[in-house]
Amino acid sequence: MRNTFPLWKNLLILSVFVLAVIYALPNVFGEDPSVQLSPLRTARLDQSTLTQVDQLLTGAGLKSRALELTDKRLLIRFSDTDTQLRASDLIKTRLGNNYTVALNLAPATPTWLRTLGAQPMYLGLDLRGGVHFLMQVDRVATLRQAEERYVEDLRTLLRESKIRYVSVDRENQAIQVKFQDDDALKQAFDVIRREVKGMEWDTAGNSLTGRISEVERRALLKQAVEQNTITLRNRVNELGVAEPVIQQQGEDRIVVQLPGVQDTARAKEILGATATLEFRLVDSEHSAQAASEGKTPLGSRLYNDRTGRPLLLQRKIIVTGDQIVNASSGLEQQSGSAAVFITLNGVGARKMADTTKENIGKAMAVVYIENKPETREVNGQKVVTSKKVEEVINVATIRDRFSKRFQITGLDSTEEARNLALLLRAGALAAPVEIVEERTVGPSLGKENIDSGVQSNQYGFLIIAVFMVIYYRVFGLFSILGLGVNVLLLVAILSLIQATLTLPGLAGIALTVGMAIDANVLINERIREELRLGLPPQSAIHAGYDRAFATILDSNVTNLVAGVALFLLGSGPVRGFALVLCIGILTSMFSAVMVSRALVNLTYGRQRKLAKIAV
Amino acid sequence: MEFFKIKHDIPFMKYGRITTAISLATFVLAVLALIFRGLNLGIDFTGGMLMEVSYSQPAQLETVRATLEAQNIPEIAVQSFGTSRDVLIRIPIKGENVNGAKLSEQVFSSLKTQDATAELRRVEFVGPQVGRELYESGGLALLLVIGGIMLYLALRFAWRFAVAAIIANMHDIVIILGVFAFFQWEFTLSVLAGVLAILGYSVNESVVVFDRVRENFRKMRRAGVAEVIDNAITATMSRTIITHSMTQLMVLAMFFFGGEALHNFALALTIGIIFGIYSSVLVACPVAMQLGVSRADLLAPERDASLDDRP
Repeated sequence: MRNTFPLWKNLLILSVFVLAVIYALPNVFGEDPSVQLSPLRTARLDQSTLTQVDQLLTGAGLKSRALELTDKRLLIRFSDTDTQLRASDLIKTRLGNNYTVALNLAPATPTWLRTLGAQPMYLGLDLRGGVHFLMQVDRVATLRQAEERYVEDLRTLLRESKIRYVSVDRENQAIQVKFQDDDALKQAFDVIRREVKGMEWDTAGNSLTGRISEVERRALLKQAVEQNTITLRNRVNELGVAEPVIQQQGEDRIVVQLPGVQDTARAKEILGATATLEFRLVDSEHSAQAASEGKTPLGSRLYNDRTGRPLLLQRKIIVTGDQIVNASSGLEQQSGSAAVFITLNGVGARKMADTTKENIGKAMAVVYIENKPETREVNGQKVVTSKKVEEVINVATIRDRFSKRFQITGLDSTEEARNLALLLRAGALAAPVEIVEERTVGPSLGKENIDSGVQSNQYGFLIIAVFMVIYYRVFGLFSILGLGVNVLLLVAILSLIQATLTLPGLAGIALTVGMAIDANVLINERIREELRLGLPPQSAIHAGYDRAFATILDSNVTNLVAGVALFLLGSGPVRGFALVLCIGILTSMFSAVMVSRALVNLTYGRQRKLAKIAV
Repeated sequence: MEFFKIKHDIPFMKYGRITTAISLATFVLAVLALIFRGLNLGIDFTGGMLMEVSYSQPAQLETVRATLEAQNIPEIAVQSFGTSRDVLIRIPIKGENVNGAKLSEQVFSSLKTQDATAELRRVEFVGPQVGRELYESGGLALLLVIGGIMLYLALRFAWRFAVAAIIANMHDIVIILGVFAFFQWEFTLSVLAGVLAILGYSVNESVVVFDRVRENFRKMRRAGVAEVIDNAITATMSRTIITHSMTQLMVLAMFFFGGEALHNFALALTIGIIFGIYSSVLVACPVAMQLGVSRADLLAPERDASLDDRP
């Protein structure tokens, strides 16, 4: 008998091998120091930006290797970090207002590989250094804030409906409204049921007890998480991180991952900033230009809007952010243009009404204020101070007397309306978030982790290779070649699906290699056994592979069960390990059985009178 | 080259009583260690904070401790880590409302003030609630793996084999945990991952032997159960030793070159591999015999019949 694969099988193995080489190849090329530009807010990113940057760099005598424009970012590659840093500083000073400028290490994959969609493996934070935060939105505080708003609303509502009440108070996660008599209660109950949404009411004696409904609770939490996610995203943009990850996780958590961030202190400062809003009248009697030259009139303050234009506002604050109950974006009914709808609480509404009544036709501005803690060095001591950043985000003309609900129109686009609504909400009711998990890995440790992970793989592989070749000779060599293909396939698949490779993932590769050799040992031992039983070599090869296969399948399935369970229930780095394990088991089935068999077949399979095989 | 040229089958089952007694004793010891010493759970499970700080010169642990105590940070543990220049600081987190991010910043900035060469290498902060969740999902993963493997074995082999294999493996897991408890090595998330990987890996050992037992029942028509099992173990012994040595070589490479991060992971794997060999041969088989496996259990799925017709 002879051992040969049909042509299609050989071709299949060859093409899998070629594909594996192509998709594993990007991991060989290093990284280019580069600068990455992404647009902020409404700024545009197009060919003209590219030309502008190019001219800027050429003008300063900084040589770039390549400029690449995608729809979300502009990447400028350099040959050395020195040029990269100088270019980054230059671009930041010129374009920093409208773009996030971040340092990045872009994979130096050749263009022909990139057109095939080949990319290097995506390294996890423990391998490239960076910060991982898990933030949790404070449920209790979110609900408390909501309850406080309801209390305020109820008081206003009862007052406006001219219903006499004794008290409105928050008690044990409920709101209690006390009345003098049954009549008032009944009257109030009707009004409340009509006007106040999202609460469930009970009556007892002369008091009404309301609780926020389950649906509303969930909606509030969802809103709080979404809002915080967006606020965090805006803040991370300021940090200049090349590939940040900001994602909701579960019901009330947000993951923030900032790869390559060196200054973790600053990252925490910015993430921990709080924001508020102020509504102020625009001082139209004095010139903002004159004020910017140092002649600020009494009773006014000089601000800048987002484009840096000076603006003079009155010192008197009409309403602050904590008096905003809600803000949403939508379309104005009459003109159909983008608008933001704002709801104020009772106190705010009254102040707003008084002010707007007297100032119809004048302009009103919204100022966004962020308090960022800032660490400064004073006499060698680190001092944390709070830095206030104020910015006018919107100026609009007052057309009518405002009440509790009003709208801001005259916005450029629906997107701007949505952003403004977000900022208003963020300033109004930033639900407190708490960092419940932090994993920071310094850049030097990240480098070390890669080195030690790769090294243990290399040395382990080498020892196994030496042993296999000595012990099983030619068949050992084939086993090792199969094992090599296994690693290649594993790396190619991990690169292709862009799974996050962590240090446990590297350990997973090593463990897969250590376990995958089992299949070949099984086969080789079986062949020896069949030879001992007196089978001719060709038959022994055939029987060896065939009989061992059932066992290989069984043992791999149990491994796979463990891998899948780990993947489903593991978190973070453990998940990376599980993924590598699962993929490794699948690739090892292919390489141990198919690849080594193909090599054996090509070497021995065609010889009709095979007397001896080296096993 | 060949290490194992065994002419006659080794009568493993004759020593079944002794080997079972040995594993029972280790098992009991492991359980005692778990009960009386308990696992030294890492912050992944308990919640807490861990910081690794590196200095340009060998670190003075006393100075570091004094600096932190001056900051009123309670119950810190300071130890050197890997090299004398690296320091590991552990801070337990008590209560639900500790701002971990702020605390880590406070600790590091005070160390930096004391010695400007201090470099932050790693911070791990796990809130108590997250720790509890990781603990629970870890336990759940363990149950899921055991359940999944049992189901597979029960489908693939007779139930007696499934039970025997799982008993053998639980024995491995308990012993790994017992050793970690006895030496008070830190039990982290990656160690748990190692333990679960071992669970899948060492079941595969039992599978290889059982596969052979099944084949032997078919081939050795006149042999008794003990004889069949002895032959299966002897026949697969070479493969068992070689395979596990290979895996162990890889694990040793991790142990020696993988740095501190993979240290305990590699340790867990090592214990698992050593006891995995022992238990799949000398625990799983006697247990399967005690449960009364017989030819009838295995002969139902005839699969490889066509093979014998070949020349």
